[in-house]
Amino acid sequence: MSTTRVDARGLSCPQPVVLTSKAIEGGAESLEVLVDNEVSKENVIRVAKKNKMQTSVREEGPDIVVEIKK
Amino acid sequence: MANPFASRTGIIVVGVAIGIMATLLQYFGNPPNMGICVACFERDIAGGLGLHRAAVVQYIRPEIIGFVLGAFLAAMLAKEYRPRGGSAPLIRFFLGVFAMIGALVFLGCPWRALLRLTGGDWNAVTGLAGLAAGIGVGVYFLRSGYSLGRAYAQKPASGYLFPVFMAGLFLLLVFRVAFAEGGPLFFSQKGPGSQFAPVWVSLGAGLIIGAIAQRSRFCTMGSIRDVILLRDFHLISGVAGLVVAALAMNLILGQFKPGFAGQPVAHTDHLWNFLGMALAGLAFALAGGCPGRQLFLSGEGDLDAGIFVLGMIVGAGVSHNFAMASSPAGAAAFGPAGVIVGFLFCLAVGLTMRERAR
Repeated sequence: MSTTRVDARGLSCPQPVVLTSKAIEGGAESLEVLVDNEVSKENVIRVAKKNKMQTSVREEGPDIVVEIKK
Repeated sequence: MANPFASRTGIIVVGVAIGIMATLLQYFGNPPNMGICVACFERDIAGGLGLHRAAVVQYIRPEIIGFVLGAFLAAMLAKEYRPRGGSAPLIRFFLGVFAMIGALVFLGCPWRALLRLTGGDWNAVTGLAGLAAGIGVGVYFLRSGYSLGRAYAQKPASGYLFPVFMAGLFLLLVFRVAFAEGGPLFFSQKGPGSQFAPVWVSLGAGLIIGAIAQRSRFCTMGSIRDVILLRDFHLISGVAGLVVAALAMNLILGQFKPGFAGQPVAHTDHLWNFLGMALAGLAFALAGGCPGRQLFLSGEGDLDAGIFVLGMIVGAGVSHNFAMASSPAGAAAFGPAGVIVGFLFCLAVGLTMRERAR
């Protein structure tokens, strides 16, 4: 199963959420969302939870990666 | 580290706190139904600096200064201070200009629209309906790929500029510097600009609200946008908290006076109340935050939000100098023209700023 990678770094609210939602609606079952701030991280996690998906967070240099799985 | 303010309970507590503090600020001397109004207070600052000469709305409002500094300190403590910028600053500047023009046709930002509603000013209903309609148009653009592009990290010191600018404004206020005989600085002798709570009360409330709003991401525009776009009720539960608390406080303090006619710093021109706020809502949606949120963001290092705020302050000058700002008598001579030009600008931005790549 391939992982969809969404680069939402530097984008202002609500674009990280819109991109994540679109990827989930597009059928992605495993995705990694790249963000660079706490607010985007919180918002992306909230979307994932609404879609009843699991999340985990890891840091990648200065960026934050939110891993989302069914 | 968990952020208690980011929870559902957290955002409601913040909304309630803002509702209580805003109505108390009115009780302590701020203008009626204007305990806090980000658009009006930035307009007053523009007047105090002499960017417009509407004699009744000139004062350096400490609440605005407190919002930025409170958010700055909260972001520092939470290690969320992060200077960034470069996402279409000039477009954001003009979005700020037109957001202010729209807000001053209605006579209030979204915060004041809520405070007017809870004070019994039913004209706020058309304003809020307009706000939602404008945000709805913004959501359409967001769904079809609207983006002003990404911001990039900036040098650590660059984020200090906006808080330092605000601190400078505060010094001007404290020392009431007279740069020439008769001003600037200008301070209203009558009208809303002459009505204010004691400086330290205003600053204190501003600092607290700035800090808790930064932690909770409180945003009025975002609350409506998230409902339309995502069916997400997180932010709007905070707004609901504000409305309930402000209504209760207004009833307790005897500040609730229901009706359409004769409401303070308001008019009953429903069409332009609606359209003015629709323009503001669209501009806020395209810029990613209500005017309050833009202040909190500029405090935590968002240079583009700072540009939007400057656009609003300049927009207040434009609005009053060019007879676009409404008065209690109704919409001004050039208010409708300003709103139409603003819509043309915002629609052009919404239609042309697209992210093609997936």
